[in-house]
Amino acid sequence: MASCTLETQTAQSAEVNPVAWLLRSLFPPSALLLPGAASAAYNFNFPEPVTPIARETLHIHNEFMLIITVLFVVVFAIMIYSMIKHRKSSGHAPAKFTGPTGALQWFWALIPFAILLFIDFVLMGIPAVQAIINMEDTQTKADMVLKVTGMQWKWQYEYPESGVKFISTLATPRDQISNAEAKGEHYLLEVDKPVVLPVGKKVRVLLTSTDVIHTWWVPQFGVKRDAIPGFLRETWVLIEKPGIYRGQCAELCGKDHGFMPVVVHAVPEPEYLAWVEAQKAEAKAAAGGADRTWSKDELLAEGKAVYEKVCAACHQPDGKGLPPAFPALAGSKVINAPLLDMNGKIVKDSHVDRVMHGKAGTAMQAFSASLSDVELAAVITYERNSFGNQMGDMIQPAQIKSLR
Amino acid sequence: MSTATTHTAEHPAGEYHGGLLRWLTTTNHKDIGTMYLTFSLIMFFVGGLMILAVRAELFQPGLQLMKPEFFNQLIGVHALVMIFAALMPAATGFANWMLPLMIGAPDMALPRLNNWGFWLLPPAAILLTLPFTLALFGIGDGALATGWTFYAPLSVQGGMGVDFAILAVHILGISSIMGSINIIVTIFNMRAPGMTMMKLPLFAWGWLITAFLLIATLPVLAGAVTMLLTDRHFGTHFFDAAGGGDPILFQHLFWFFGHPEVYILLLPVWGLMPHVLSTFSRKPTYGYKAQVYSFIAIGLLSVVVWAHHFFTAGMPVPALVYFMFSTMAISLPLAVLFFCWIATMWKGAMTFETPMLFAVGFIVLFGIAGLTGLILADVAADAQYHHSYFVVAHFHYALFAGGIMGVMTGVYYWLPKWTGHMYSEKLGKLHFWLTVVSFNLTFLPQFFLGLAGMPRRIPDYALQFAEFNAISTVGAFVLGISQLLFAWNIWCCVRGGPKVDGQVWEGAEGLEWELSSPPPHHSWEIQPVVK
Repeated sequence: MASCTLETQTAQSAEVNPVAWLLRSLFPPSALLLPGAASAAYNFNFPEPVTPIARETLHIHNEFMLIITVLFVVVFAIMIYSMIKHRKSSGHAPAKFTGPTGALQWFWALIPFAILLFIDFVLMGIPAVQAIINMEDTQTKADMVLKVTGMQWKWQYEYPESGVKFISTLATPRDQISNAEAKGEHYLLEVDKPVVLPVGKKVRVLLTSTDVIHTWWVPQFGVKRDAIPGFLRETWVLIEKPGIYRGQCAELCGKDHGFMPVVVHAVPEPEYLAWVEAQKAEAKAAAGGADRTWSKDELLAEGKAVYEKVCAACHQPDGKGLPPAFPALAGSKVINAPLLDMNGKIVKDSHVDRVMHGKAGTAMQAFSASLSDVELAAVITYERNSFGNQMGDMIQPAQIKSLR
Repeated sequence: MSTATTHTAEHPAGEYHGGLLRWLTTTNHKDIGTMYLTFSLIMFFVGGLMILAVRAELFQPGLQLMKPEFFNQLIGVHALVMIFAALMPAATGFANWMLPLMIGAPDMALPRLNNWGFWLLPPAAILLTLPFTLALFGIGDGALATGWTFYAPLSVQGGMGVDFAILAVHILGISSIMGSINIIVTIFNMRAPGMTMMKLPLFAWGWLITAFLLIATLPVLAGAVTMLLTDRHFGTHFFDAAGGGDPILFQHLFWFFGHPEVYILLLPVWGLMPHVLSTFSRKPTYGYKAQVYSFIAIGLLSVVVWAHHFFTAGMPVPALVYFMFSTMAISLPLAVLFFCWIATMWKGAMTFETPMLFAVGFIVLFGIAGLTGLILADVAADAQYHHSYFVVAHFHYALFAGGIMGVMTGVYYWLPKWTGHMYSEKLGKLHFWLTVVSFNLTFLPQFFLGLAGMPRRIPDYALQFAEFNAISTVGAFVLGISQLLFAWNIWCCVRGGPKVDGQVWEGAEGLEWELSSPPPHHSWEIQPVVK
C-alpha cells in the first residue's frame, strides 16, 4: 500500500518500534475494514529526508523532541512525586511558604529559568538561525529555476530556461474517491504528469498562484512554501537521491484542497536533459498545430480531454456545475450566445472572454496563460457543443492566437 | 449552567419580572453569568457535533458522508463556535459570577451593558450557523468555507456564508468589548476597602489582562473583516494584488488579533488555577507577584509575535529570526506559571476532588501544548509542522486541554457555590478520566499524522494515514459522548443534591467563600474590609 521508500520504512519500524507493534496488535488493519490495505503504517517521525534542508530539519526536530521530552519528564516527575508524598491521606501537614525565602531558595527558584533561557536562545536558537539562513539562501549557486503556479486545484510547472510548461493534476479515478472501486497504492498522491527534476542540482523554486493561496509541500524535501497570487515567493531543493517523491497542497484553497497532489520524479541529469528535449519537441508539435485548420471532430476530441482535466472539477463532468459557486455550462447564457462580434473580436463577458480572461472575484480564472491556442480552441468548441448546448459553431486555434 | 436557584425569596416582589422576561431584562450579575455559562454549554455541544461529523468522515479514506464543500464549512464554523461562542462566553460567565463575590462588590459596575453584552450572543450564533439551514432550502451555498481564519483571497471568492460570518464576528466582538469594559471598570472601582491591586485575586488579574487584550486587538479584527467585506462587495482591493493590495496583509491583521486571542482564552484559566491548587493543597498560593508579572509579560509579548502563524508565507530572514525569538521568549513567563503551580502543590496536604483532578490534568496536558509550541516557534523545523496535523494537535492541547479543561475545573470548583448543592463526585471523576483518556486518544495520533505529512483541512487522505485517523475518530466519539456526563452532572446539581455551606471546600480562601452558597441576590450588600 505504500511506495518503495515507505515500505522499507514500515518494515523497519515493525522490527524496532515496540509502540508501532503494540498499536498494530491493538488496531490491526483488518479491524478497520480498509479495502486493499496490506499493512498498517505507523510512522512516528518525518519520512526519509532526501535534501540537505530536510536532513537538517529532521536533525533539529529530533534534537528538540529530545529536549522537550526531558523537560516534560523532569518537571512532571517532580509534580507527581509531590502528588504522592504530599497528600492529606498520608498525613502530610501543609507548609505555609508563599515564595522563596533566603538566597539559597532564590538560587534554586531561578535555576530552571536560566536553563530555559539557555535552551531557548542558545541550544535551540543558534542552530535555528543557521538553518534559517541556509533555508532562505535560494540564489547562491542555483543551477536552475522551476516556476510553480498553484491554481484551483492543480499545479502548473514551468522551466524558464527551456520554455517547458505543463499542468499537473490528480490522477486518482473518481470511483476510488467515492469508494466505488478499490483504492490504488498511491491513492490521492498520483498525478497525470509529474514534475521532473535532476538529482544533485540546486533548483531555485519560484512560487505564485493565479487565484487563492496554495502551499507547495513535499515532506521528504523539508520544503513548504506558500504560493500567493500576485506575488513571487521562493525556496530551493537539492535532491540527493533519485526517486518519486509525493506531497500535497497544504493551505486550504477551496473545494478540492485535498485533491491537488505534488509528485516529483528525481532522475539523473542525462535522463532529465533527455526528458526536457522530448518535452520541447512535443511543445513544438503542438504549437505547429495552432497554424493549421482543425476539423470539428478533432477539436471536440481534444476539447473533451482538456475539459475533463481542467474544467470538470468545478463544472462537473456532466456540465451541470455546482451552483451557485460553480455555474452550470449546460444551457448557460454565456455559452449560448454568439461566439465573436461582427468584426471577429471578443465580446465582453462572452464565452471566449470568460475562458481566456476569467471572472474577477470568483473561482473562474484566466486560462489564456495556462492553456495553449489549441487547448483553448478545443475546449471552447467542446463546451459549445456538449451538455445539450447545440451552438454548432467552432473556433480555430489560429483565431485564438490572433485574439491574444 | 445553574438556574434560578440563586434567586432567593427575601427579594421584594414586584421589582422583578418572572419567567422569560426576567432573563431578558435581568441586570443581576449572577443571572447574566448563568446565561453566559448555559449558552456556552449549548454551543460547546453544537460545535462538538460539527466536529464529530468531520471525524466520522475522516474515519476511513475516501469520501463517505459529505462533499468537500460541506466539510470545509464544518471545520471553520466548528472553530468559530468553539472559540467565540463556547470558550469566550464561559470565561465571561465565570467573571460575571465570581468577580463581584471575589472583590467584595454587590454587582458588576455596568449592569445594563452587561445584559446587552449577553443578548448580543444568541443573534451572533444564529448568524454564524443560519447559512447551513438556508442551504437546505436552496438559498446560498452554505456557511463560511474558508476555515476560521478567513484568509483572502479564498474568502473574497466565497459565498454568502462569509458575509454572515463577518457580521457574526462583528457582533461577537462588540459583545466581548462591552464585557471587557465592564470587567475593567468593576475591578478598578468596586474593590472592597483594603483590597489593593496586589491583593486582587489572581483570577481577577488574569481576566484584567484578558480584558485589555480584547480591547486592544478586537478592533483590528473588526477592521480586517470590514476590509474583506468591502473587497467582496464594493470593489476595494485591500487584499487583491491586481488592484495594488496584498493577500498577506490580511494574515498580518488577522493574527495581530488571532495570537493574543489564544491568551485571551487562556489567561482567565491561568488566573483560576492557583485558587484551585491552593484550595486542594491547603496551602497559600506560591509566587503571587511572580504570577501577576507573568500575566502582564505574556499579555505584552502576545501582541508582538503574530507572524509565527505564517512562517511559510515567506518573509525576510531578520523577520523570521525576530518572530522566532520573541515567540520563544513567551516560554519564560509561562514557565514561571508552571513553576508557581507546582510549587503551590509542593509540601501541601493534597486531596483529589474533581476540580483538583481537572487542574492537574490541565497542567500536564497544557504542558504538552507549551512544549510543542516551543518547537513550533522554531522556524527551522516549523516548515515541516506548519499547515499539518501536528499544528492541529498542538492547538487542541492548548485550547481543549488548556481552555476547555480549565473551564471544567472552574465549573466543578464553583458549582457548589453557585447552586448550594454538591455535584456527584463519582460522576465527576468518571467524567475526568474518560475525558483525559479519550482526549489523548484523539489528539496524540494527530502529532504523528502531522509528522508523517498529512496536511490539515483535507476531507480525504492517502492510505498511509488511515490507521491514526481511525484511532483519532474513535477517541473523538468517546470524548464527545463523555461530555454528556458533564451536562448531566451539572443538571442534577442544579436540581438538587447534598446541601453545602458557604465554605464548600476545606482549604478554600477568599471573600467568595465567606458568602452563603448560593450567595444572596445582591452578593455583598455591605462591603467587607480586607486587611
